[in-house]
Amino acid sequence: MLKRIGKDGNTGHVRIPGVRIADADFPAPFRSGLEYSSPARGTWNIVHTGMLMPEAHEIYVCGAGCIRGVILTAAEMGLTDRFSTIAVREHNLLDGDMEDLIIEGVTDVLGKLPKRPPAVLLYTSCVHHFTGTDLDLVYSRLRERFPDIDFADCYMNPIMRKSGLTPDQLMRTRLYSLLHERQISSNAVAIIGNDLPAQKDNDLVKLLEAGGLKVHEITSCRTYAEYQEMAESSVYISYNPDAVSGGDMLSERLGGRHHYVKFSFDFDEIDEENAKLADTLVAVTCAEDGDAGKAAERENALRDAVAQLRERGREECRRALDETLALIGDTPVTIDYTFCPRPLGLARFLLENGFNVTKIYLDGIPGADRPDHEILREEYPDLMLYPTVHAAMRFAAAENADAADGTDAGAEGCRVLAIGQKAAYFENTDNFVNVVEGGGMLGYEAVTHTLELMREAYREKKNMRDLVQIKGLGCDICVR
Amino acid sequence: MKQTARIISTYSADAMGVCSALYELGGMTVMHDASGCNSTYTTHDEPRWFDMDSMVYISGLSEMEAIMGDDEKLIEDISEAAEEMHPKFIAIAGTPIPTMTGFDYDAVAEVIEKRTGIPTFGFPTTGMNTYVHGASMALEGVVNRLIGDPSDKWIEEKLGEVETSDEEVPYKVNILGLTPLDYSGDGQVESIEKWLTDRGFLVGSRFAMGSDLDELGRASEAEVNLVVSGTGLGAARAMYEKFAIPSVIGLPIGPKQSDLLEDALLKAAREYRRFRTSGTVTERAGLTRLKIHPNDLDPVVKDDIVVLIGEGVMNFSLANSIRFETGHKTKVLCATECPDGILREWDKMTPDEDDIIPELAEASYIIADPLYKPICPKSAKFIALPSVGFSGRMYRDDIPDLVRDPGLILNQF
Repeated sequence: MLKRIGKDGNTGHVRIPGVRIADADFPAPFRSGLEYSSPARGTWNIVHTGMLMPEAHEIYVCGAGCIRGVILTAAEMGLTDRFSTIAVREHNLLDGDMEDLIIEGVTDVLGKLPKRPPAVLLYTSCVHHFTGTDLDLVYSRLRERFPDIDFADCYMNPIMRKSGLTPDQLMRTRLYSLLHERQISSNAVAIIGNDLPAQKDNDLVKLLEAGGLKVHEITSCRTYAEYQEMAESSVYISYNPDAVSGGDMLSERLGGRHHYVKFSFDFDEIDEENAKLADTLVAVTCAEDGDAGKAAERENALRDAVAQLRERGREECRRALDETLALIGDTPVTIDYTFCPRPLGLARFLLENGFNVTKIYLDGIPGADRPDHEILREEYPDLMLYPTVHAAMRFAAAENADAADGTDAGAEGCRVLAIGQKAAYFENTDNFVNVVEGGGMLGYEAVTHTLELMREAYREKKNMRDLVQIKGLGCDICVR
Repeated sequence: MKQTARIISTYSADAMGVCSALYELGGMTVMHDASGCNSTYTTHDEPRWFDMDSMVYISGLSEMEAIMGDDEKLIEDISEAAEEMHPKFIAIAGTPIPTMTGFDYDAVAEVIEKRTGIPTFGFPTTGMNTYVHGASMALEGVVNRLIGDPSDKWIEEKLGEVETSDEEVPYKVNILGLTPLDYSGDGQVESIEKWLTDRGFLVGSRFAMGSDLDELGRASEAEVNLVVSGTGLGAARAMYEKFAIPSVIGLPIGPKQSDLLEDALLKAAREYRRFRTSGTVTERAGLTRLKIHPNDLDPVVKDDIVVLIGEGVMNFSLANSIRFETGHKTKVLCATECPDGILREWDKMTPDEDDIIPELAEASYIIADPLYKPICPKSAKFIALPSVGFSGRMYRDDIPDLVRDPGLILNQF
């Protein structure tokens, strides 16, 4: 575990800044300050997400320090042949030639590629924002020079992360911005906004299968032409909160309807979300279908599927809960925000069903989790929240390791069960659920799958040190 | 076109070089940046991050703070964290946006130092130079601010030992320019130390891997420095200007290069000891730093050209050894900063992909990080020499220890 520098370490013991949930403000329970970066790296970044667009070439324009992280992301993916850079140097800040640098740089890169890509994701950065670079001019010139290439304006400008859309939200608007308008098919829908493919047995996929609908998802597109076929969708379905803006933009531009499904661990809420989705699918894919008999058949199938999910889903969840609780008992459970979009929702679900959830690691409380926050404050006021980027968290793993010395790990050898990579790192445990960004789970399936993963994590230790340091968990799907 | 890279990587940047150089010294280093620098540094540039604690952070600069020039937020955040964590010093390293907004590093450092009572550095890095520039600046700062003269007691004892001993008292050598960005392979640092002790030297302070700040504080007790990468050149300059301690630049790879390096170290150390024992400060100022250029000493016997790409000091040392031991012509393409006078006249500074590609056309052998391979002609034999400074953690396990086993490269010709 973390070695302390010097005889007694740098600092002795540092106070780790936890807060009782009863005392935690919404949405920012912790004061912002210097930021620490933990070694847990499984979440995706804008390089990974951009690589989901098949055959597209990414070009980044920024200073060397900023380029470094993104190009090594591409290199670790084995995709440097789809990645190029244009380095901004100090003289460019003074010369006022940023537009020329980008236009000529992109032209130079495209001229050197062995094959012309159908699309280019061009990422400009903070310095362009601050120098007032005329990006309209840049894209206009590039589109004139390369009429056969689709250019997407993408951004690596983290200085704007507190102004407007976050980088993750922005990237999910740009990823679908190159879809060309085409004839909409009432028989086709698209799942959008996820880095990881939807699990084949999640509630959404089951519903769409029941409705006999053709389903597009960028994670399964093998070519740029297949990516373009997404534009025939009559409904764009998202369940990643960061994809809501992208879905709305897509709907406005191409004409399909955007439907957002709330990720949840609450059975009533899951039923409600499934029913609302069925309503949308009926309204859009049945009403517009010319064959009334077929439309009625689809509507019945969708309604039946919602009912079946409710009935079977609840039953399977209860069975899984019993099995999991019997195994895990009162072993402390910790959760972090990278596991799924509703960390507080998960905590509430587990606590209400008898699990011993002790800590949640997050830096802000997601909007969707607000009702859970209110309930947890009342019902479980001593549940602790810890930040992940606070400066003192540098020492949390070592502090937890010190605290764990000599404790009884139990018959199964599981001292604490962590759900998510950051929780695993901070708790210094090899018993953890190694999933990021919801892992493609949704609905009742998310509940049963999570419980299954908890049982597995309780029984089997993983190599936390190696696993959490891999960037972009599951990003090998981008290598086509 | 300059500044574009179709496919190759880029070197770790100056701000990360500051963090890497100061990592083991018990300070707190803050990159004044919005986001991204810290995860890049800790993921790709810093193999110690998981196992060894160090206070490296970003400021989390926001758009409004940059536009409004709100330096107070940074000052408060650093002061508050320092009060909690008691670093031995504080360092602020810059990135592109503070560069654009004209952030005053010296002034902010001074305010923080007054507020906390902790020595504070402001390093005006830009995020647009390589790690060599930043690490060199940081280690130079350490020498200038945190290292004093040897104690009177130590000087008295040392002089007595030198005067009374019948044999030549071993010379103490500092090693300058150690960061994992250049020396990340298992045993590399230990091999340099072993080489020094095998040749009868005492190892002094290691800037800055394996020595804490207290040990670096005794660096002025040494009589010569060995500079093993460009990241040590700033400290070498400061050691000379402040203490008149000379430096020898190079890495002991292969027998002949090593012998010459030993001779150069001995010569410099003897001269320095003579001045330390009998000279005045004015006389000391007449010393010059030494470096070896053994290429001038041997005739070339083979026409095949070996091209080496990478950091200057390590690669010119390896190039020397290849020439001595195999007789091949060598050319270094230095892709990081390197002060004038280090490289040979036929070597080149090649910061961009387009600078490098034409130079590879005549190569029979190319020695470089594996991420350079896509631009290398198939006609040349490619010999991988990974560098964390270029490819990060990707090939770290394959980094050879050339001081211990130079044959790993030399036997490939």
